[in-house]
Amino acid sequence: MRYIIALIVCIYPLLGSAQEWEDQQRFNDGVSGPPLRIIASTDTALFAPIIESFISENPTTAIEYLVTGTADIDRRFRADPNDFDLVISSAMDLQLKLTNDGLALPLEDIFAPAWAQWRQSLFAFTSEPAAIVINRAAFTGHAVPQSRQDLIQAMRARPEIFRNRIGTYDVRQSGLGYLFATQDARASETYWRLMEVMGSLDVRLYCCSGDMIDDLADGTIAVAYNVLGSYAAARIESKDTLEIILPSDFPTTMMRTAMVSRDAPNPALAEMFIRHLITRQSRPNEDSLLPPLSGPLNKAERATIALEPALMTFLDGLKRRKFLAEWEDAVIQK
Amino acid sequence: MTASLIASGSLRNRLVLTLIGGAAILTLLLFFAIRNYAIQIAQQGQDNILGASATSILDAASIRDGTLEIDIPYASFSMLSTPSDDRVFYAIYQDGNFLSGYAGLSNPSVNPGRRSSFETTQFQGETVRVATAARTLIGAENRTQIRVYLAQTQDALSGTLDKISRNAALFGAGFFALATLLSFWASSTTIGQLKRLTTSVTRRGPQDLRPFEKPVPSEMLALVTSLNSLMGRLDQSLRQSEDFIAEAAHRVRTPLATVRSYAEATLQRVDKQENRQAMRSMIRAIDESSRAAGQLLDHAMTTFRADHLERQEIDLVELVGELVERLTPIADMKDVRLNLRSEGKITCSGDPILIQNAVRNLIDNALKYAPGESAVDIAMIMNPDIQIKVCDSGPGFPPNEIDILATRFTRGQNAAGTIGSGLGLTIAQDVAMAHGGDLLLSNRPEGGACATLSL
Ligand SMILES: Nc1ncnc2c1ncn2[C@@H]1O[C@H](COP(=O)(O)OP(=O)(O)OP(=O)(O)O)[C@@H](O)[C@H]1O
Ligand SMILES: [Mg+2]
Repeated sequence: MRYIIALIVCIYPLLGSAQEWEDQQRFNDGVSGPPLRIIASTDTALFAPIIESFISENPTTAIEYLVTGTADIDRRFRADPNDFDLVISSAMDLQLKLTNDGLALPLEDIFAPAWAQWRQSLFAFTSEPAAIVINRAAFTGHAVPQSRQDLIQAMRARPEIFRNRIGTYDVRQSGLGYLFATQDARASETYWRLMEVMGSLDVRLYCCSGDMIDDLADGTIAVAYNVLGSYAAARIESKDTLEIILPSDFPTTMMRTAMVSRDAPNPALAEMFIRHLITRQSRPNEDSLLPPLSGPLNKAERATIALEPALMTFLDGLKRRKFLAEWEDAVIQK
Repeated sequence: MTASLIASGSLRNRLVLTLIGGAAILTLLLFFAIRNYAIQIAQQGQDNILGASATSILDAASIRDGTLEIDIPYASFSMLSTPSDDRVFYAIYQDGNFLSGYAGLSNPSVNPGRRSSFETTQFQGETVRVATAARTLIGAENRTQIRVYLAQTQDALSGTLDKISRNAALFGAGFFALATLLSFWASSTTIGQLKRLTTSVTRRGPQDLRPFEKPVPSEMLALVTSLNSLMGRLDQSLRQSEDFIAEAAHRVRTPLATVRSYAEATLQRVDKQENRQAMRSMIRAIDESSRAAGQLLDHAMTTFRADHLERQEIDLVELVGELVERLTPIADMKDVRLNLRSEGKITCSGDPILIQNAVRNLIDNALKYAPGESAVDIAMIMNPDIQIKVCDSGPGFPPNEIDILATRFTRGQNAAGTIGSGLGLTIAQDVAMAHGGDLLLSNRPEGGACATLSL
């Protein structure tokens, strides 16, 4: 328990003011007029190129970019839908529920394939697989695990190496972590065995990909499970201590989604931004740090989590309570 | 006879309008029937899925260690995916207490006794279809009732309905177009029968009063029958009057001949100049009358034979040659030469008596109106119609009267001194027409009349 308490402190200032942000930046601040307010879960560094290219096309626009966790986005946006123009999040389930609750503005003029949009209101703009990221140092002389099963075996074989050196999301806090966990659990029982093994080895729980990768890079942990590949890839360019593994047994791919608030102060500009975002992300882009949107390659494998009402299943109070209880049973062992 | 009738409406239009009106009513009925049926089926489809989904949620409810668990299956909402991304709402109640989902969705009007029921209502400003299902769970010491409300918007449904309506409308339009074409076709074939009768009446010659014998539709039988009987009566009375004229002419001729011979004998015996003059006038009047009687008789005969034309193959050259031979003595008396010209053998099918009669009248005219010591050319040509030309070198037809000379009892100004009745050219023309030809009168540029009988 103490690990959790120690690590939870990382981002969520539970006692702090509700108006605090993980990051808050203004782009093109010089121009007059109210800025386009974007609330997002994506790190500013990853999203900045998109904003900058938008501003270069619309030099009279100021943009305010506010970063916070996916669950916090849901909370803040529901509380004040007219305070934001755009909502960008990696938690597809929360985004879909916001749309289902009628909080998103339908944009009839934007073209997106059926699988990459919902109700013409929620638009996907990246395809990002959940990855196992390892610190190579911990695996020198040993086979690099290629699947969850391999990882279970590797951890069981050398518990002394991995004790207290495995990281994954705290699904109670991270919306994206919860999405990945529920989709994993839906896909295979292997997930529960993996969680049990991790629990027995005192897994460290994180709220966000960024911190997990920080700890992985400096060797605090040896394995990070269900990290966003894009975040790790952004690091891997400078360091070659990390290796990204897309599990071969079943992949879980998430799509980052964007929507315009129903009560957006500046809906026309927000729509322009979505159009720019989708056009830019529809093909591989050299100077983009976010992976482009790629269609579901093989539908049978359910590689990409589908944008459908079923995403609301695990958001149901009863269902969530049950899932978290099971998860805590597996992960937090006394 | 030719007073124009006033048309009251058109049978054809009335028929077309009735048929098209019927088709339009049918089309509308069809359209609404298809649409209503489609709405029912589509609604039933949505209800089935909603019902199945609600049931699957209920089935996932269980009491474990005394507490209620509802492990909503992923498929419950997954099966509610639609192409229009319809919104989904749900609410779960335990013994009337809200458990989870959308609190505002509960619908107290629904009868809780039924296993599942459906209703269309408003939620969050949208029309939704709500399925309600309930289940009683029996725990260790208590019973508890779980009720699930599951709602879905109807975007996909209305999309489907729009598509079906569009297709039904297209189908209806096609049906209507086809029915319209068919009604035009039906009315024109029906009216066509009437038209055919009309043309066959119009195309008949003026003397053709035979009954119609071609089969006609039963509805027109009465009309054609009465038309036939009308024509029969007309034919009857016409023939009676012709017979009467012929009979009268015949009866007048014989006593006239007797009177003429008496008058001639008397003329021999009378010496007084003024009495002789009176006798001559008398003889001339008698000649005039008997010529008229003869021509009337000929005319009646021509009319009769023309009405019942019996065609036979005739050698025209021989026929006309014979006639010329017979007339040569009369021509000789006037010192007129009859020149017969023909190119080879000319045959035609017709009534030889009628043709001889016509040509005789033409030659008769030439002898009568041309001066003595001249020549009359009788030419027969085939180019390819058969023509018989009788030309003289007399004064010719009076040019201002040339168009009316062939009418009955019409004589020209130049005929003042000659005996005649004005029927000769009429007979020739009737004969030509009976054979499908015509009579053409012209004057030769070098002088002289030219009558062309074509067959
Ligand atoms: N060859 C001709 N030359 C000049 N006039 C002619 C000639 N043939 C006919 N006609 C004119 O046409 C008129 C009509 O001729 P048609 O033969 O019908 O009567 P018609 O000779 O007077 O009497 P009939 O009935 O006795 O022959 C004549 O009265 C005459 O004026
Ligand atoms: Mg004559």
